Amino acid sequence: MEWETVIGLEIHAQLATKSKIFSAASTAYGSEPNTQACAVDLGLPGVLPVLNEEVVRMAVKFGMAIEAEVAPYSVFARKNYFYPDLPKGYQISQMELPIVGTGHLDIEMDGKVKRIGVTRAHLEEDAGKSLHEDFHGLTGIDLNRAGTPLLEIVSEPDMRSAKEAVAYMRKIHELVRYLEICDGNMQEGSFRCDANVSVRPKGQQEYGTRAELKNINSFKFVEKAINIEVERQIDLIEGGGTVIQETRLYDSDKNETRSMRSKEEANDYRYFPDPDLLPVEISNTLRAEVTASLPELPTAKKQRFIKQYKQDSETSTTLTSSRQLADFYESVVESSGCEAKLCSNWITVNLLGALNKADIDINQSPIDSERLAGLLKRIEDNTISGKIAKQVFDTLWDSTATADEIIEEKGLKQITDSGAIETIIDKIIVDNPQQVEQYLSGKDKVFGFFVGQAMKATQGKANPAEVNKMLKDKLK
Amino acid sequence: MNLSADEVKKIAYLARLGINDNDIDAYASELSNMLDLMTQMSDTNTDAIQPMAHPMDQTQRFRADIASEKNQRQNFQSIAPQIENGLYLVPKVLD
Amino acid sequence: MHNKTITDLAKGLRSQEFSSVELTQAYLKRIKKHTDLNCYITFTEEQALKSAQQADKQLSSGKTSLLTGIPIAQKDIFCTQDVKTTCGSKMLDTFIAPYNATVIEKFNLAGAVMLGKLNMDEFAMGSSNETSFYGAVKNPWQTDSVPGGSSGGSAVAVSARLAVAVTGTDTGGSIRQPASLCGITGLKPTYGRVSRYGMIAFASSLDQGGPMARSAEDAAILLQTMAGFDEKDSTSVDKDVPDYSTGLNNSIEGLKIGLPKEFFNEGLNNDIANTIETAVSEYKKLGAEVKEVSLPNMKLAIPAYYVIASAECSANLSRFDGVRFGYRCDNPADLNDLYIRSRGEAFGSEVKRRILMGTYALSAGYYDAYYIKAQKIRRLIADDFKQALSEVDILMGPVSPTTAFGIGEKTNDPIEMYLADIYTIAVNLAGLPAMSIPAGFVENKPVGLHVIGNYFTEDKLLNIAHKYQQVTNWHLQTPKGFE
Repeated sequence: MEWETVIGLEIHAQLATKSKIFSAASTAYGSEPNTQACAVDLGLPGVLPVLNEEVVRMAVKFGMAIEAEVAPYSVFARKNYFYPDLPKGYQISQMELPIVGTGHLDIEMDGKVKRIGVTRAHLEEDAGKSLHEDFHGLTGIDLNRAGTPLLEIVSEPDMRSAKEAVAYMRKIHELVRYLEICDGNMQEGSFRCDANVSVRPKGQQEYGTRAELKNINSFKFVEKAINIEVERQIDLIEGGGTVIQETRLYDSDKNETRSMRSKEEANDYRYFPDPDLLPVEISNTLRAEVTASLPELPTAKKQRFIKQYKQDSETSTTLTSSRQLADFYESVVESSGCEAKLCSNWITVNLLGALNKADIDINQSPIDSERLAGLLKRIEDNTISGKIAKQVFDTLWDSTATADEIIEEKGLKQITDSGAIETIIDKIIVDNPQQVEQYLSGKDKVFGFFVGQAMKATQGKANPAEVNKMLKDKLK
Repeated sequence: MNLSADEVKKIAYLARLGINDNDIDAYASELSNMLDLMTQMSDTNTDAIQPMAHPMDQTQRFRADIASEKNQRQNFQSIAPQIENGLYLVPKVLD
Repeated sequence: MHNKTITDLAKGLRSQEFSSVELTQAYLKRIKKHTDLNCYITFTEEQALKSAQQADKQLSSGKTSLLTGIPIAQKDIFCTQDVKTTCGSKMLDTFIAPYNATVIEKFNLAGAVMLGKLNMDEFAMGSSNETSFYGAVKNPWQTDSVPGGSSGGSAVAVSARLAVAVTGTDTGGSIRQPASLCGITGLKPTYGRVSRYGMIAFASSLDQGGPMARSAEDAAILLQTMAGFDEKDSTSVDKDVPDYSTGLNNSIEGLKIGLPKEFFNEGLNNDIANTIETAVSEYKKLGAEVKEVSLPNMKLAIPAYYVIASAECSANLSRFDGVRFGYRCDNPADLNDLYIRSRGEAFGSEVKRRILMGTYALSAGYYDAYYIKAQKIRRLIADDFKQALSEVDILMGPVSPTTAFGIGEKTNDPIEMYLADIYTIAVNLAGLPAMSIPAGFVENKPVGLHVIGNYFTEDKLLNIAHKYQQVTNWHLQTPKGFE
């Protein structure tokens, strides 16, 4: 039988605020345990939550970016369950009236655009962390993360393959970073995902029973976890079994998913509106302010790059993959005044290559847009050749000097003075009579030898076009 | 309405509330009586009524995004039942 | 000294008739003499004397408020830094809050002297103060009777003159009912008027702190300090606080009093009904007009209240889990054992009953039938009050259908106890301000007059109460042995 995979994702994006969703404790990552858990985060008796405005703005921003309805009124609810990383015995979340309603996002698969529905996005507080290292057989609880704002983005079950799921997750990842509402750091858990996976016979309308894969924190693992789970479900059904609705954990070491029975028992969360918080009203003023602060979104930017800079689709996708990279590119184009293509080549090939090798991203690039533009200017005005430019680029990477300073200091300026080149060429012709004869007798290949000699004699600084032209003239 | 002993046990577990076996029947009957009292509400038609969560018809006020809380771990943990290296300790949590 | 009003005491302190230390010592002496009433859980002698000394310094330097140097006491539901806050529960028997409730901060700022923390029903759940882990409190008017609850310790401290004035909290009548049963003046403000920050939550959408004192005049002074917007409490209302003392003597001529007919039904003790009628006729003499009004959905207030309050409390009390503070059982076998035994061993039976009730009402399949239904009824009740208060200025009636009952008399029948809250809880559902004013005695036990006003009309309520206290002396009566 042919099977179809159905996937929906629940993505948790930590919002990049300074303070927590309901308290004034810092959200900074990596502090000593429990040093950033204030009385509110600890759920001490009598303390009360007050909502962080920035959290609301960020959620509204996201809603607008996916063309969703942003609810004029939304309500916080208590989700009740006992767990040691959940200090109050309930998580403040949203149930019936989430802040962001139905929206959508387009992904691109093999050149085709597919629209993925977003069911809703709601605000909630993150829990703390349980540390299982050995505390004499006990578990240690660190509540620094408790109360960190999360936007939970719930998709429709619109994805039909692990690849689509990854494409969607990447798209959301790109978007939240564009909007500057989440740092997207998956290692630190700022961006994580649960996947609802089911299979059904191809052509069947109704969905199969789904399993929820919990807390997957890399794109690679999402794909692997979904594929292995799909395989498991198909094997199970084909072997006469049935899939049960449950939560499963992906084990990346063994590349398998396994049931988390401990989370299963009696999931009765007893949601009800949190009486400590009032309904959240999104005023027209706030709406207008957020609209005004919306950046150009990735898809629009990509289209603009294609049109404005005459880039192909692939290059535009690369250049707009992050807001910082796109900004970097545009700033290089602007300050160098160079041809757009030259700029994109140097960024996508040389700069991104070097960044990848160093495993850092564009924000940490040792070469800023200004210095790269300085280099490109000298390529375009023929001061240096492309080959020399690579040498200058390496020096730019390791120093703080400008391209002009490097060219000057190392004497890398291209020789464009035709008199000087002529003298050199004449000497080469005189010194190599054998090769001249070969060339004149029809061995065109030998021409390269003369070019090579000329470049060698000038340490690569001769303008190659000039050398070519002059050699051709002289060897007639 | 009659709540069974099993139902009481189930709710007590949801609430992680230890109750003595000897008391379960008493709780079951008291809760049943309370439920009888509550069913009085069902006689009133409220189809067109909006639920009222708060006495004040107000909306949520916002706090500016400022991280002003200082580290008070020592102070907060001085009242904790069991701590080590700044962590709260609990019996082993199994995932 | 212990029969003086705050205003008189403030005068005495300023004219150096006595010092705050002397005044505090006088109260400390009385408290020690009457420990059998059991109204204090914690008695902070040393701290009280220290702050009295400080108050005396302030008084001589001139930077003071009316409460500077006045010995008051706090219901043990308000978190106090460095002083144990138990909420009447074994769960918090050793709990010392690392912060002050906003109300406590305000009293500290005003220079008031705290004598101690007052007994109460466990987590404010109860109407007799018998659910306290620290034992029942005796009503000074008849020591085998309850003082009411949950602010029973508070009412007794004022009634027996063991504090000049005190705080209480009112979720379903917990200020007004003990005030009525102990013959003192208690005011439950409009929901949102007084900050709930640091006041341990029972039912968040109903809880409200307020003053309990001998007279409306004293209550006004306390409320002045307690009231006001607090940015730490999302439900506190950002609205100017009027001066509660200036209008106390305003004329109430032409005041329209409404008597809800549902307040005078068959459940009401006849003698209490007569007492209320007499009080109302006193108002007529002061120029008020009286008419009958109706609150047709009153009878549904009890079921709606017990659903909402239980549901909210079931979640509010989840944080008491033995992990970060409070009681933890010995040698838990595993995580669930830690939760189940810590909570099972430290919560009393009334608290458990309400947690179970609330958990049930919120659980899958029952949410709409109980919780949503109760919230809809809540709106009907609030609308009833809105209608009635559009016809009249103020509503009057009894606070409680009976006077103080015997200790142990009703403990075996929780429902009967709940039913006795009939007149008070509807007010909490609507969020309105209301008072209990001493209005007489039935068989030597005090009876309170219930006065319910429109939102944020605490000034009007205090004015109405004060005018009555100018022409009556019920509020000046002191139980035998406590004169």
